[in-house]
Amino acid sequence: MQEARSKMENKVVDVFKSKVPLTVEDLWVEYQIERGVVKAVRGVSFALARGESLALIGESGCGKTTLGVALIRLLVQAARIPKGEITYWRGNQGIDVLSLTQRELRRFRWRECAMVFQSALNAFNPVLRIWDQILDTAKAHGVMSRGQVRERALQLLEYVQLDPKRVIDAYPHELSGGMRQRVLLAMSLLLDPQVLILDEPTTALDILTQRTIIDLLRRLKEEIGFSMLFISHDLATAAELADRVATMYAGSIVEVGPVEDIFYRPVHPYTLGLIRAVPTVTGEFEALVSIPGAPPDLVAPPPGCKFHPRCPYVTERCRVEEPKLEPFYGEMHSVACFNVQRVQQDTLDLQERYAKYMGGKAA
Amino acid sequence: MTTEALIPKTGIRYWPARFLRGIVRFLKLMSRNKTGFVGFLLFIGFVLLTTVGPLFVPQAKSANIMEIYAPPCKLSQWVEFLRTSWFERVPHSEIKASSAPMCSEHLLGTDSQGKDIFAQIVHGGRDILQMALLTGLISTFVGVALGSLSALIGGGFDAFLTMLADIWLTIPRFPLLAVLATLVKLDNMLFLALLLSVLSWAGLYRSIRAQVFSIKERDYIEAATALDLGMWHIIFSEVLPNMLSYIAISFTFGMTSAIYAQVGLVFLGLVPLTRNWGVMINLAWTQGAIFFKDSVYFIMAPVTAIALFQLSIVWMSRSLEEIFNPRLRTG
Amino acid sequence: MSDLQERESQKPEYLIEARNLVRMFGSRRERVTAVDDVSFGIREGEVVCLVGESGCGKTTSGKMIAGLLKPTSGQVLYAGKSVWNPRGEKGEDFKKFRLGVQIIHQDPYASLNPSHTIYQILSAPLLHHKLVANTREALERVAELLSIVGLSPVEDFLYKYPHQLSGGQRQRVSVARSLTVNPRFIVADEAVSMVDVSIRVGLLNMMADLKRDLGVTYLFITHDLAVAKFFAWEGRIAVMYVGSIVEFATTPQLINNPLHPYSKALLAAVPEADPELTRSKQRVELRSQDIPSLLALPSGCRFHPRCPYFEPGLCDVKRPEFLPVGEGRYVACHIAAREMRGSA
Repeated sequence: MQEARSKMENKVVDVFKSKVPLTVEDLWVEYQIERGVVKAVRGVSFALARGESLALIGESGCGKTTLGVALIRLLVQAARIPKGEITYWRGNQGIDVLSLTQRELRRFRWRECAMVFQSALNAFNPVLRIWDQILDTAKAHGVMSRGQVRERALQLLEYVQLDPKRVIDAYPHELSGGMRQRVLLAMSLLLDPQVLILDEPTTALDILTQRTIIDLLRRLKEEIGFSMLFISHDLATAAELADRVATMYAGSIVEVGPVEDIFYRPVHPYTLGLIRAVPTVTGEFEALVSIPGAPPDLVAPPPGCKFHPRCPYVTERCRVEEPKLEPFYGEMHSVACFNVQRVQQDTLDLQERYAKYMGGKAA
Repeated sequence: MTTEALIPKTGIRYWPARFLRGIVRFLKLMSRNKTGFVGFLLFIGFVLLTTVGPLFVPQAKSANIMEIYAPPCKLSQWVEFLRTSWFERVPHSEIKASSAPMCSEHLLGTDSQGKDIFAQIVHGGRDILQMALLTGLISTFVGVALGSLSALIGGGFDAFLTMLADIWLTIPRFPLLAVLATLVKLDNMLFLALLLSVLSWAGLYRSIRAQVFSIKERDYIEAATALDLGMWHIIFSEVLPNMLSYIAISFTFGMTSAIYAQVGLVFLGLVPLTRNWGVMINLAWTQGAIFFKDSVYFIMAPVTAIALFQLSIVWMSRSLEEIFNPRLRTG
Repeated sequence: MSDLQERESQKPEYLIEARNLVRMFGSRRERVTAVDDVSFGIREGEVVCLVGESGCGKTTSGKMIAGLLKPTSGQVLYAGKSVWNPRGEKGEDFKKFRLGVQIIHQDPYASLNPSHTIYQILSAPLLHHKLVANTREALERVAELLSIVGLSPVEDFLYKYPHQLSGGQRQRVSVARSLTVNPRFIVADEAVSMVDVSIRVGLLNMMADLKRDLGVTYLFITHDLAVAKFFAWEGRIAVMYVGSIVEFATTPQLINNPLHPYSKALLAAVPEADPELTRSKQRVELRSQDIPSLLALPSGCRFHPRCPYFEPGLCDVKRPEFLPVGEGRYVACHIAAREMRGSA
């Protein structure tokens, strides 16, 4: 324990010291496939502070979903975790998630840390009513009595703005996508976890439904105060909900910082590329720029920085050496890139927005 | 980049090289599935045994009362026999004199009339195989043609055929065959194959039709319609290539059911064909071969041969899916 | 009038026009109206976006306009001539229509035949319609098409199978395939929805270039308002709700001044990739979250149970008509129409 604590003292996450429910240190996850070994997550480290929401943004194949399921050890059989630590802190007690036994894991999941998947029909058992699934979940992870579970379930369903009586006895296919997502949220809060992990919470939902889910999540977080890690490819969701944003590429975090920093002061070429490629609805017409090329093959990734084949700022050093995540704008905003100065020069328009935003906040 | 440079240099010129490359690729794909590969080898083994074997193995000799139910040789004696007869060309009569008294030169022993069982197995498989292939081909062809047309044309045509197939499936096939066998002389193999196909088209029709329905809804078919490529193109170029594995597997199961049907008919003595495995079982049964320890080879040899052959077909079908899977192709 | 003048005056205003299109599904007992009286026209060289949430009938409308689905009633006109004759069969000039209108599908993994190489996919229509004289010319034309859609070097793609390409590359092949028959009009059904965000822009820019260079007209169907705004900035957007168009206006008009309450709600609800913008946006509170089921549609205006401007006695009784309200805009809303008339 002492050793773990002293390791942490040296890290950027020091800032959060005793207020962190979850820390991840140098996590590596690999899959064995026919062709070779897929290095899905490569040396990821971050901390999730109490009551904060961290967005993990990346496109397909960047390893974000693998990272998410690794946190509660839901990985498939073919996956291995050769290195790394996932520590969950309750007060000053640290639980090493990777060394939990199956029984301990069952008590850890849902009570300390819950995961909410996409609201697709296959997040539910189609032949069971919602009540049966809630009861099953509670029994599997806790010791609450049937009456207690029922009461809490009805309470939570109402809290997420569903009609409790109608929904609790319904089958999953009778509910719309938005309603199912709300049921999943209610179920995840059943045993009052400290950390909530959400995988693509608003993807595949209609615009108006997305809006209700986003508003709901914001309200829940404010009122209940859990920490939220949500995984998405959608920058807009991050802009809405996140306190901090981390962008992932080819299995590692390339930039992490407060939400206004990422959107108005990005310093990694990939983050900038994403921002320049995503249109907004309101406001004037903006010309958009796409990122050429495609994500690398995770079995045999290119040497050096994994983004270099697609990067407009690439230099010789990028082709050989892989940059490490290092603080840039103070302790809170870190980036893994050798060319941040040049990126900064291309974001003067965004930086103006930053000054305005921060000025507005101060006022 | 000139267009000349774009024409693929895959050795189109020399067809033997291309053929060989095809064989190698075929074998590689087959071996992806272990059971499939074993089944494939076994199947090839049987095919060779029944088609090429008769050239090397002489017909069973005429009846010899002295040698009823002679037991087969032990392995060492087999080897000895092979060595002396093939490599040293010692005539049979001399071997017989020198071999141990309990073993005969017959690899699998002899039957109730003293004829060599192994020779009968080798010569008796060809009928079965031909029948299986023929029936498989005809029934698959009919099932695929009717099934795809039905799914693609739809409407009244489809409704009528489906109703017909539903009724057809309720007819008990084997008793009908047995009855027909008493009315009509079933000595022509082609005729028997046709008959078996006609009786079993309904099952294949339904599964092919279901498969075509699901392929029909795919986006690339809609694109082909938008490009006005015509029904024939859509059937042969767009739909069928994606159904090949399904068709191949249906073909293999068509073969297995044809074999059972034929062997059943022959076993019941309804079909007057030449000496084949089914006839052997019939004879063994009627001669009461199951009641004696010595005669067990007589009944087990054809039964095992049929069972192994069916097994090889079923195992082989596991690999067929790999062969036709386009995701395993690399341009 | 001279010959030329006469011909010019007879040229139809719209390249493709939908008139009172209706499409119903289901058996006699349980009929669902997916598209209920949709009318609009698209001029040559224009981009029109059809936006709406799932189940609003935009894909069904798109397929009817592309001639891949027959309307239950109503007409589709191509270059002024009706596509289906009154008896419901293919009209004359159907072949011209068929080749003139092409479709690009949403799912890159289902839109290409997995058993064919890219060359086979692209050369099939060329050879079938004798657009090229021999295989050598086909090869040249296929190479040309691949470079038009940005798939270079060409030899890296010609003999590959679809499963060897990425999603974005497959969509480009889909576009190339639709170009083989030199269409005048392309229906893109959620063509970029299943593609990564950073690739989307490249695809959209490529499609915009085709409009500029080849004069292709587009009907772009999407649920993503931001993409609609980007792609159709110089065109028009039609917003659909539960089977009908509720508003039709140019993109700047719709984005800056939406008239229909549903459009207002949509624009206000969309999350934006810009923290300041999105957190300071004014939301439109709807009266209900329930999406109406197609089997039990609300009376009168379909949106009335959720509409914040709902007027009892009017909105739940009479269905609003799709009316022009000036500046080339159309709205189907009693309140909005009244306001526009009042200010006129």
